[in-house]
Formats: sequence, C-alpha cells, structure tokens
Amino acid sequence: MKKLSFVLTLSTAMTLAFSACKKLVSASPSKDAVMSSAIEGLSLEQNKRFSDGSEEFSEIYDEGSGLGPIYVATSCASCHSGDNKGHPSTNLTRFGQIDTNGNQYLDRGAPQLQHFALPGYTGERIPQGAMSSNFMAPIVAGLGYIELVPEQDMIDMADPQDLNGDGISGRVHWNVIPNWVKPSANAIQQNGKYICRFGRKGGVYNLHQQIVGAFNNDMGITTSYMPIDPYNAESGIHPSLSSGADIDDKSLNSTVFYIQALQAPIQRDQNNVVVMEGKTIFKNIGCAKCHVESLRTGNSIISALHQKTFYPYTDLLLHDMGAALNDHYTEGFAMASEWRTTPLWGVGLSKDAQGGVMYLMHDGRAGSFEEAIQWHGGEAEQSKINFNQISKTDQNRLIAFLSSL
Amino acid sequence: MRKYIFNFKILNTLLLFACIHHVHGQSDSLARRKTNDSIRPRLNMDAIYNRPFLTSTKLPVAIGGYIEANTQYRSTDGVSDGLHFQMRRMTLFVSSTMSKKIKFLSELEFEEGTKEINLEYCAMDIEAHPLLNFRGGIIMNPIGAFNQNHDGPRWDFIDRPICATGIIPSTLSNVGMGIHGKYFSHLWIVGYEFYLTNGFDDKVINNTEGRTSLHAGKENPEKFAQSSNGMPLSTGKLAIRHRNIGEMGFSFMQGVYNTWQIEGLKVDHKRKATVFAVDYNTTMLNNKLTIMGEYDRAMVELPGNYTQQFGSLQWGAYTDVIYTVIQKKMFGWEKAKLNMGARFEWVDYNDGRFRETKTNIGDDIKAIVPTIAFRPSGTTVIRLNYRYEWSHDLLNNPEVKSQAIQFGFSSYF
Repeated sequence: MKKLSFVLTLSTAMTLAFSACKKLVSASPSKDAVMSSAIEGLSLEQNKRFSDGSEEFSEIYDEGSGLGPIYVATSCASCHSGDNKGHPSTNLTRFGQIDTNGNQYLDRGAPQLQHFALPGYTGERIPQGAMSSNFMAPIVAGLGYIELVPEQDMIDMADPQDLNGDGISGRVHWNVIPNWVKPSANAIQQNGKYICRFGRKGGVYNLHQQIVGAFNNDMGITTSYMPIDPYNAESGIHPSLSSGADIDDKSLNSTVFYIQALQAPIQRDQNNVVVMEGKTIFKNIGCAKCHVESLRTGNSIISALHQKTFYPYTDLLLHDMGAALNDHYTEGFAMASEWRTTPLWGVGLSKDAQGGVMYLMHDGRAGSFEEAIQWHGGEAEQSKINFNQISKTDQNRLIAFLSSL
Repeated sequence: MRKYIFNFKILNTLLLFACIHHVHGQSDSLARRKTNDSIRPRLNMDAIYNRPFLTSTKLPVAIGGYIEANTQYRSTDGVSDGLHFQMRRMTLFVSSTMSKKIKFLSELEFEEGTKEINLEYCAMDIEAHPLLNFRGGIIMNPIGAFNQNHDGPRWDFIDRPICATGIIPSTLSNVGMGIHGKYFSHLWIVGYEFYLTNGFDDKVINNTEGRTSLHAGKENPEKFAQSSNGMPLSTGKLAIRHRNIGEMGFSFMQGVYNTWQIEGLKVDHKRKATVFAVDYNTTMLNNKLTIMGEYDRAMVELPGNYTQQFGSLQWGAYTDVIYTVIQKKMFGWEKAKLNMGARFEWVDYNDGRFRETKTNIGDDIKAIVPTIAFRPSGTTVIRLNYRYEWSHDLLNNPEVKSQAIQFGFSSYF
C-alpha cells in the first residue's frame, strides 16, 4: 500500500512538473526584437533548407574542417551575431586599391587581410605603403529582399549628374563579376559590367557571390567556386588547389538560402507619436533622399519574397560621402570616398549585437546616432547641416525614430 | 583489429559481471555486497575506491557500477525542442586485490548509450607505506574535487557542475604514473597526490567549440598510446580534512599542450596550459547540512595576435548546499532521506577585454539549480531539478535565459 502511494505521489509530482514546464520557462522575445527568424510563408521544404542553412551559418570551423590557415573569423555567426551587425573586434580589413584602376597589391594578398592564423602559421600584415579600410560586418537579416530589387528600379533612383539639383547624385555600381557568378535572367549589362549592390562599396553582385567570398576570404573555407585558400604574402607560401572543397555545394546553397529567407528587421513603436514626428523630420532634413524608406522586390520563386514592399531605408546606390569618410581604399569602380547607402533597418537593435554599446558607420567609428550623422559629408553634407540647425527636441525625435528601426 | 580486441574485452567484462550476478542470485554465501554510503567519502581522493562492490569469496575480483538516466525539458529564450529522455551513462567497475598491498581498479564508462565508450580509469596501486603509494596506468588527474568524485549517485543534481566540465574537463584521465599518500593524526587527515601523465593537444585552441577548451584538447584518441608532444602533464593535489569540520583541497595541473616539434624538428613555440583548483566540503547540523564546492582557474598560453574568441584565462566556481529535510523509514526503505538544496554556479570561459574597444569579453554562464532528491538508500538517488541559467555570448550581448526541468535517477548496482 505504501509503495502504491509512493508511486502515485511520484507520478503526480512528475505530471505537475511537466505540465508546469511552459510556465517555468521564459517567453520568447518578440519578433521585432530579434533578426534570426525566417520570413513567414515559407513552405515546409523551404523551412527545412532554412534550418540546414542556419546550422551551417552557426558552424564553427577548425583546422580539421577547413579553417584557414589564415582567416578573420571561425564562423559566419561570430561576425554576424544573431544575424545582426558585427563588433569592432570582428572587423575585417581590406587594402591595396585607392582608385578605380584596380588593386595594386593582389600579389601581396590583397584585397582582404587575414590577420589571424592557425597555430604554427603566420597571420597577414598590411604591406608597407598600402592604404586600408576597416569594415564592420553588416546586418544580414532582410538581404533576400534587397537581392530582389529590380535593377531598373535602381537605375531609376540614380541621378549621377544630379539633374534634379538636390545635391544628391547617387549612381549604381557597374562592376565586373567573377565568371562563376551567374547573372539573373533579366540582368542589365554595360560594357561587360553588371549592376552590383552588396558590400560597403556595393561591388558584389548577389548573395551567392557574397557568401562564397566570405567563406573564402573570412574563414579560408574553400568551395567549388573558390577552391583555393587565401594567399599569404607574409609567409610566402602559395596555397595549393584543394583536392576537395571544404564545404560542398549543398551546404553552401543552404547557407545562401538561409540568408535569402531571413526576415527583414521589423520597426518597433511605429505608432508612437515621437517616432512618427521623428520620421517626418528624417524626411524633411533630406536623410530619406538616400535612405529611401521603401523598395519593392521583383519576381521570386520564394513566394514569401515575390513582389513585396519592404522598408530598408537605402537606395542601394553609391554616394560621395566626403573627405572625412574617405579611407583611401575602394573596390571595383567606386571612388574611395563613395559608399553604398547602408540600410538603416535594424539599426536600433545595434546595441543588442554589439555588447550593449553602439558602433555605427562602416567601421564602427561612431558611438551614437548623433556622432554618426556628424561623420556624414559630401552629398550628405546638407542633411547634416539641417540636422545641426533643428532644435534639440527635434533632434531627439529623429533619434527616437532611428532607434525604432 | 584493435576495435575487435576492445569489444572482446568489453564482452568478457560483461560476461564476468553476468556470471557474478547469477551467482549472487543463487547464494549469498558466494557473493556479498560491500556497501558504502556513497555520499560520504573520506577524502575526495579516496572516492574512487570508496564505492559499493559486489564481492565473492570464490572470485579474485569485485565488481560494481552505476547507472544515470533522466528526462529533460529545456528552453532557451522561450524556444524548446520539447521533452527528451537521456541515458547519460552506465559505468562498470572491476577491482581486485592481488596481494595485501597491491590492488587494481578499472572503470569502463558507456555514455549516451554507446556513443562514447571510455576506459576512464585502469590503474594499479602498490603500497610501500601509507605515505608512499605508487599508482600507474590510466589514472584520473587529481585536479579539483569533482573529477575524482564524480559518480552520479553521489550527487543530488543531474547535471555536472559547469566548471567541472567546461573548465576542468571531467572526467579527465590520462595514462601516467605517480605517487600518493595519506597521513592520519587524531582528527586530521592529510593526503597528497602527484602524477606525470600524457596531456592535452592542439585542439585546446583549435576546435569547433569556438573557445579555449581543455575538454576539446583531451579528446585525442591516441592519448593512451602516445603524448601529443612528448612532454608530461604534471598534476598534483594536497588535501586536508578535519573529521569534525570538513575538507579542503588545493590542486594544480600544468603542461605543454601543443605539438611543437615533429620528428625532432621544431614547428611551433611551446605553449602551456595551467590549472589551479580549490575545493571544499563540510557537513554540519548533525550531518543534515552539506556544503561543498570548487573554484577552478585555467590559464592557457595563446599564439600572438590570436583570435579573441579563444581566451587565455578561464575560471569557474560552484557551491552546492544540501539539507536533509526528512530522514526516517519511508515507503519501506530504512534510513531513507529527502534532501532539498540548490547549486549556484558561475563560469567565465574568456576573462578579459577586447583589444579594440576595451569592453568586457562575455562568454559566461551563471545558473541556479534548486533540487529535491529522494535517497531510498545511500547508493540510490531520485532527483528533480529545475535549472535557471543566464548566459552571455562572446560580445557580451544581452543575456540569454535558459531553463530546464529535469527528473532522473542514479544508482550504484
């Protein structure tokens, strides 16, 4: 009888414990507070591919799985924590090209510096005399939408001669693409160059090119598209062709799909009065001329991305940002002072990925929105002047709006 | 071929166990159980021999083991993979006293079914004097207390302390040899151990865990046959116990972990890993209240300008507070106990600041684990744990909260 009562007591305790499980665990953060969710409306098969890609994105590589021997990071997620921005400690450095005449230091390991090395190897150093720039890893959430903006829409937004006289002369980045990059069906070509949109200098054609390049240049992970590890001029050892890629095409494609299918950052407090007033000020002082609020995707086989309006706050164009942001380094056919407009979506969540501190601009040099605005020059000079002339209250409204993105 | 030989040995061991168990079932005069209360070792260094064994006057060996299984419902930031059942480990012990001062003990562990099969301990002891014993074979490095005293039934918690797995990679055992001894004086016991063994390898800082990890560095499958660098790992411990107060242990471990030469050719600089540990345990209030804990600190030399996700300094600590609420005959079990308590633990895998921003590097975990443990006897425990954990990623971003509800049991057999 006693044993029976013990069993009953135990069973009851277990039942209570497990039925209470959901009350004893913390709630999920709201969707607008994180960036690592999949877009809604994916099919079951697409969810599976997303899940595979998520695993690949978080995979930490070591020597045995192909890392290095020289590298910048050991996983995708180490630079894009929570699919958000990077941190100054994970910045990468590029060097060797000061104008549109190409990189003069390719034989010295340019354009990317792999400053870390596996034990027993030597990391790269910037060759003497080479100019360089530090790049912070960008937000990867929402890039699937950006990839699908029709090229004609980008051309329509451009005004390279500033014909409308507003002081803004954005232009698309026509760049040469590697022969393994497959242009889209409706790609517009000009003298063998294509319209590129990814990267701080907007020199990368699509996410496939971006991710293949990141695997190779950031981690020393070879793929069938880039089968040779980065060259280390510091050690003078030429890397040999791998007998097999460090990751197969399936893993690579899953990673590409994961990035394509990440939800776009969601604005918070959209109906807050101060945020709404800040948005109006954002437009009135000219920020929205480059940081264009909404774009629309073209056709996509992923129905959740097909013909959708989204809110990235970018025009995907190159703009001359003035002397203060001229690092005397560039890529493709952009000038050293030109930068592709950074999407502002998700910028309000920067602190959540940067250790509770804010590091803004292409290399994290600005510690606040106000400071970031002060770094703007060139085509953005007038907007900066406008910001400095509005009242402190209006400035705070603008900051509240940026914080909501 | 080696695999077959190994499997054959396992089979032999299992057959021997089955044979003894069968004999035990037939006649108590042939086999008898030597039972110790599993939660009261003398010194932690004695824990390995202070286990319940089934002995027989007809056989030259004593045999024993323990089992550990549980259910787990875990959630991180509200996302859960649901309920899981876990067979954590089943361990078999075989011991033998060959002569008065020569004895042998082995411990074969099956973790998560047969996912990992490890010969965790297999050593011979030769006693010259209580103060001077020789031990050789696969030994447990005497670093901290948990590594020496890790049997599931001894603990009122399902998870092992994080610092005893993440900083000190319990169970850590290596091939080697050394000496140990004890000195008794009225209420005091002083014990020491010192061994030279094979050590870690390059995976300490070149691994898929993405952090400095002695655990990754101990996985070298060749470690029982050869050292990764020909340089021994030194491990030593000094423990002191007052019978009425409790025990304190001070231990260290140091050795070069990387392969710095190949066939006599120097290919890298030597890099050391050093670990210090302090452990303590005490009982009071008529043995109703037990407090035990450990502090571990690991320092690992890194190559110059190495990626900062691998830290050169790690530390961790835990304290268990257990109170016996009821001790009486319950459900037919004499001297059954109902314990309640909590574990408090904190581990920092990467203590330092980023070179670029001078801000703190994260990669740390804190946890509180309340427990209710029912002990029908000194060798069996049934446990219900609730775990609440806060962790930071490397960049020290806002903490991630995880919770786990665990129910399980562990018992010697």
